[in-house]
Amino acid sequence: MTPRRAALHTVWRRPAGRAGLIALALLALLALIGPLVLPDPTAQGDLLNGALLPPGPGHLLGTDQLSRDVLSRIVTGLRLSLIIGLASACLAVALGAAVGLIAGSRAGMVDTVLMRIVDALLAIPRLFVLLLVLAVWDRVPIPALVLLLALTGWYGTSRLVRAETVRLRGEDFVRAAEALGAGRLRIALHHLLPNVAAPILVAGTLGVGDVILLEAGLTYLGLGIRPPTPSLGGMVLDSRSVFVTAPWTSIFPGLVIVLTVLSVNLVGDALRDALDPRSA
Amino acid sequence: MNWLARRALQAVITALMALALLFFLIRSLPGDPLAVLSEDRPLTSEQVRDLQRRYQLDQPLGAQFTAFMGGAVRGDFGTSIQYGRPVRQLVLERLPRTLLLGATVLLINFTLGLWLGVQQALHRGRPLDRILTTLSLTGYATPSFWLGLMLVLVFAVRLHWLPAAGSQDPGLDGAGVLTVVLDRLRHLILPALTLAAVSIASSMRYQRAAMLEALRQPYVAAARARGLTEGQVTWGHAWRSALPSVLTLFGLWLPILVVGAVFVEQVFAWQGLGSLTAGAAAARDYPLLMGTAVLATAAVVTGSLVSDVLHALLDPRARAE
Repeated sequence: MTPRRAALHTVWRRPAGRAGLIALALLALLALIGPLVLPDPTAQGDLLNGALLPPGPGHLLGTDQLSRDVLSRIVTGLRLSLIIGLASACLAVALGAAVGLIAGSRAGMVDTVLMRIVDALLAIPRLFVLLLVLAVWDRVPIPALVLLLALTGWYGTSRLVRAETVRLRGEDFVRAAEALGAGRLRIALHHLLPNVAAPILVAGTLGVGDVILLEAGLTYLGLGIRPPTPSLGGMVLDSRSVFVTAPWTSIFPGLVIVLTVLSVNLVGDALRDALDPRSA
Repeated sequence: MNWLARRALQAVITALMALALLFFLIRSLPGDPLAVLSEDRPLTSEQVRDLQRRYQLDQPLGAQFTAFMGGAVRGDFGTSIQYGRPVRQLVLERLPRTLLLGATVLLINFTLGLWLGVQQALHRGRPLDRILTTLSLTGYATPSFWLGLMLVLVFAVRLHWLPAAGSQDPGLDGAGVLTVVLDRLRHLILPALTLAAVSIASSMRYQRAAMLEALRQPYVAAARARGLTEGQVTWGHAWRSALPSVLTLFGLWLPILVVGAVFVEQVFAWQGLGSLTAGAAAARDYPLLMGTAVLATAAVVTGSLVSDVLHALLDPRARAE
C-alpha cells in the first residue's frame, strides 16, 4: 500500500475521520457540480418581488436583499473557500517544511538564526499581520490573498519539521547515508523528508481549516474577498442589515463554514491520532 | 533566578525582533504609504506632517527604523487618523473593557473547560467523551462573528433576554450600583459566551490529554490501592500532577483571546481593543492599527513568559531545560 493510501485507510478506520471524509467529499462534490445546475450567483432577479424571499421551491435557501439565490452564492463561495484553503495550506506547509529541513539538517548558526526568527514571527498574531497588509492593499487579488495566508501560516510547521529532523539526524540510517557519501541535499530530500511526511500531512490538513476560518473572518471585516465575488464570509457580512427579518441569509452561509472546517479538522485529527498514538 | 533572568531576556529579544519584523513588513509593502493612506480620504497637511515625522519618511531607512523602534518601545504610536487623538490614549481607554471580556472568557475556559476535559479523560472512549469532543470541535470550527450574530438572533431579537450590543445601557445614569453591575453583566454574557464557545476546545483537549497521561502513572494506582476515594485520586493526585502542563496553555491563550476579541467585539459593538482594531483596519487608520498590533505582540510574548514561569514554579524539571 502506498503511504498516501495507508493514510487514507487509517483515517477511514476511525468513525470521526470517516464522517469527516464523507462530509468533505459531499461538500467538494457540491462545490464542483453546484455551479453547473444552479442559477447564476450574481444574477439579480426582480428586486421588488424577488428580494429576501424565504426558503421555498424556487430558491431552496431563499434570496438575499439583491434577490440573488442564496444557495448559488453559498456553493460558489464554498468552492472559493476550499480552493483558497487548500492552496494556502499546501504552500504554507511546503514553506514550513523547507525552512524546518534547512534549520534541522544544518546545526549551528543557520539553525539558531532561523529558529529565533520563527520565534519572533510566532509572537505577532497572524491576524494582525494580515490586517496591517490588507489595510494598505485595497482590493487584494485572490492569488495574492492565498500567498499572504501561506506566508503567515508556516511557522508552526517549520518548528515541527525541525524538531523531527534534529531527532532523525542521529539515527543510523541517516548516518549510514552520510557514510556512503550522500550529499546534504540528498539526505534532506531522500532520507529526512519522507520521515517527516506524517507531521507535515497533519499540519497541512489542520491548516486548511484555519485558513478557511481566517479568510471568512477577513472578508467579514471587509478586507478579504470583495463583492461582487460571492464568499461565505462576505454573505454573513451582507446579511448583517437584514438578518433579523431574513435570518436565512445569515444562518446558511455560516453553517456551511462550520461544516466545512469541522470536516477538515475531523480528518486532520484522525490523521494525527493514527500517526501519533501519544495524543489519542 | 539565573533561569528566570535568561528566560526574561529571551522574551525581550523575541519582542524586539518581532517589532523589527513588523517594521520591515510595512516598509516592504509596495508603494508610498502616505499615498495609500490619503487615497480616498483627504489628510490634512498637519496629519501628513505628523505621519512623516512619526515614520521619518523623508529620512534614510536606518533613521526610520530607529524612530519606529524608539516609538514602539516608549508606547508612542503617534496620532490616530480616524480619531485625531494619540493612539496611546485611545488604547488605554479601551483596554479595561477588553480585559473584562478576556478575563471572563479565561475564567470560563479554565474552570468549565478544565472540568469538562477531566470528565472526558475519566470517561475516555465512552459516549460522554465522544459527545464532548464533537461539541468542542464544532465550537472550534465556528466563526465567532457568525456565532455572535446567531446568539443575538435567538437571545436578543427573538427572546428579548439579553441586549444585542454595547457594553452598557446608556440610560442608567444615576441608577444604583447593583443595577449598573447587573446591566454590565447582562451585556457581558453574549460576547463572553461566543468567545468561550469557539475557544474552549483548546483547554478541554489539553486537559484531557494531560489527565490521561497522569491517570496512567503508577502513583495513581498506588493511591487507589491505599483505598482513597475516586474523587481524592482524581483531583488530589492525578489532576494536581497534570496541572503544570495545563497552565502552559495560559501562554497559548492570549493570542487566541486577542484575535478572537477582534471579531467578537466588532459583532457586539463592545467598546474594547478588538473593535478598535477592526475599525482601524476598515478605516485604514495605520498608526492605530500598528499600535494595537504591537500591543498584541507584547501580550503574546508576556503570556508565554508568564506561562513558562508558572510552569517552572510548579514543576522544577522545566527549569533544567
